[in-house]
Amino acid sequence: MLNTAPVGSAPAGHYRIAVYTQRMLAGMSVPMALLGLLDREPSHGYDLKRDYDAYFGRGRPLPFGQVYATLARLARDGKAVAGDAEPGAGPDRKRYTITQTGKYEVEAWLSEPIPAEPYLQTDLFVKVVLSLMLGRPAEEYLDVQRAAHLQRMRELTDLKRQGNLVDALLADHGLFHLEADLRWIDVTAARLAVLAEEVAS
Amino acid sequence: MSGTNSSSAIQSGRVIIEARDLVLSFGETPALRGADLSVRRGEVLAVMGPSGSGKSTLLYCLAGILVPDSGEVSFDGQRLDTMREEQRSRLRRDRFGFVFQSGQLVPELTAEENVALPLLLGGTRRQEALRGARAWFERLELDGLERHRAGEMSGGQAQRVALARGLVAHPDVLFADEPTGSLDSLTGELVMGLMTGAAREEGTTVVLVTHEPRVAAYADREVIVRDGRVATATVAR
Repeated sequence: MLNTAPVGSAPAGHYRIAVYTQRMLAGMSVPMALLGLLDREPSHGYDLKRDYDAYFGRGRPLPFGQVYATLARLARDGKAVAGDAEPGAGPDRKRYTITQTGKYEVEAWLSEPIPAEPYLQTDLFVKVVLSLMLGRPAEEYLDVQRAAHLQRMRELTDLKRQGNLVDALLADHGLFHLEADLRWIDVTAARLAVLAEEVAS
Repeated sequence: MSGTNSSSAIQSGRVIIEARDLVLSFGETPALRGADLSVRRGEVLAVMGPSGSGKSTLLYCLAGILVPDSGEVSFDGQRLDTMREEQRSRLRRDRFGFVFQSGQLVPELTAEENVALPLLLGGTRRQEALRGARAWFERLELDGLERHRAGEMSGGQAQRVALARGLVAHPDVLFADEPTGSLDSLTGELVMGLMTGAAREEGTTVVLVTHEPRVAAYADREVIVRDGRVATATVAR
């Protein structure tokens, strides 16, 4: 659940990474992240939750209920299959394996740029980490994403050139935020080798 | 002055500059390691990339200022890399325009004399050259600055004078290396708007080196130079 309390209302010294992360990850695709983790190796729900929290949760753990509900939907849609129930108690008795359909979906998702909108796109972050984890070409993805951002910036620049001052102000708002994303893309691209080592460790 | 834009020898959209497998090192330091690039006539192309990636070196090779150690550069069907220096020098004067980051105006000359320089060097008579230069002052919102010298103008004004000088001889290609690098954001946008607007009206091809996305957004497309090679990524429009 998104924390709707204004960040600025937190008393000085009480700023927590979770406050930022809750906002940052609010729109992230949990099913794709879990499917991507499954593409790495077959896993139980508990392991998936642990890895999700470690890589993408950052202070905002994924509820177990959401993990199992998501896995059930992935299995229903033919993207993952559940193994036979293993002995023991509790819901975490099935090991999930990604299917070929699921693999295609992960591959397609990782290679497609997300819509270039202002504000940091959290899927962008997840795609980079998952790409590195799965040994896929993160640099190519970042290049495609950069192109998508620049294309949107061109459209906003055209709007600015042709419109009035109010249009220009609106376009500038978008342009500055897209530019911030691009700076993140460039810094990330420069650090990919180190990031890959960290994700693999 | 060539006036070649009015000729129909090169149609809009055709490749005007082609670079293949360019390699160039400065001593032991490699700057280009197999760069390929095609530039279409009439397009505004942004060449982006991190510092030290080789983007300015690539621009200088495309403009015939530097000669690659190996690889080919062609402009309008002519090989620049095998051309004699005098020929390249003439080509640069007659068919290319240049805008650099800053400080390229001749301080002893007035603004209009600075703008007229390429015409004078090309053999145009002084009065005619100055007349041609003055026409650019209104176009680039520089009215009243014709007799000012470089030290009497702001950075943005001086850069627009440099831009007028780059375009006055109606070049086929304008090469711009970080043309807004020394300007604040608003002034940089004014210069970019005027540069791309004038280039499109003139049908001039622009090759623009920049590390700023907001500047690159004025271009029709961009390429990224990384480690001396050109990476291209496009999205469906």
